[in-house]
Amino acid sequence: MKAAVIVSPGSNCDRDVQVALRQSAGADPIMHWHGDPDLPYVDLIVVPGGFSYGDYLRAGAMAAHSPVIREVVARANKGVPVLGICNGFQILTECGLLPGVLMRNAGLKFICRDVDLRVEAADTVFTRAYVNGQIIRIPVAHNEGNYFADEDTLNRLDGDNRVAFRYCTPDGEVIARANPNGASRNIAGILNEARNVLGMMPHPERLADAALGGTDGRPMFDSLVEALAAAA
Amino acid sequence: MKARVHITLKNGVLDPQGKAIEHALGGLGFSGINEVRQGKYIELDLRETDETSARAAVEAMCEKLLANTVIENYEIDLDA
Repeated sequence: MKAAVIVSPGSNCDRDVQVALRQSAGADPIMHWHGDPDLPYVDLIVVPGGFSYGDYLRAGAMAAHSPVIREVVARANKGVPVLGICNGFQILTECGLLPGVLMRNAGLKFICRDVDLRVEAADTVFTRAYVNGQIIRIPVAHNEGNYFADEDTLNRLDGDNRVAFRYCTPDGEVIARANPNGASRNIAGILNEARNVLGMMPHPERLADAALGGTDGRPMFDSLVEALAAAA
Repeated sequence: MKARVHITLKNGVLDPQGKAIEHALGGLGFSGINEVRQGKYIELDLRETDETSARAAVEAMCEKLLANTVIENYEIDLDA
């Protein structure tokens, strides 16, 4: 599997994604600078977390118009899997690959802690190593993670089973108390219509190695390696 | 020509920052505030001198970058 990690000024989870991909795929991804529109042929593109362009204007707004993102959008539209994590999710909504927007956390505080997630869509290249209804524990670290979209969009996401993860209690209950940031319908991650683009606020790369205290994030990278090896 | 762009959250979109400001003003003894909504103000100095073209250009800027129209409205004022 050939993967590319997009690096913008202010990305800070690019190295963690690199390590997680290396661990699952056995090969290093390409670390691709945002200003270079010539993205090599790859099977997977990851837009990692961080504070691209210092979150100027809106989180992800500037990076969404960087030269390489135009190419990322074109590849996504051709079916190449694109994973956006945290700031990467914000960038994918700002560039139009995913609907809605990530607003300021309802509690106005930066949240950095582990959260419980319920896997809602285990039928994708990103999530096939999980099972539907599985509860996983993965960290979030964000100030703008409050997913918002109009009711029609939310209904469409639910109707098409495009919500990949929801914030839940350790028992798997999707209730307001388990919602860290005020996200509509406890949404932590969503898919595009073709299911080859996933955006999520939690950081699977931060818990993909037992030395870090957990491995609930690792199946995401294993899923991708398995799915993309099978497709090649 | 100067363009002044006001970007505000749409009605119905929760504004936690506005709420926090409202609360703090209340704490300072300012009473009689029904609601506070926070937005952004952007000033552009344009070479364009024709008002119609300037407005069209700034509208395109708002749609493409300055505002996120999922949650935000924008208003443009032009100064000759």
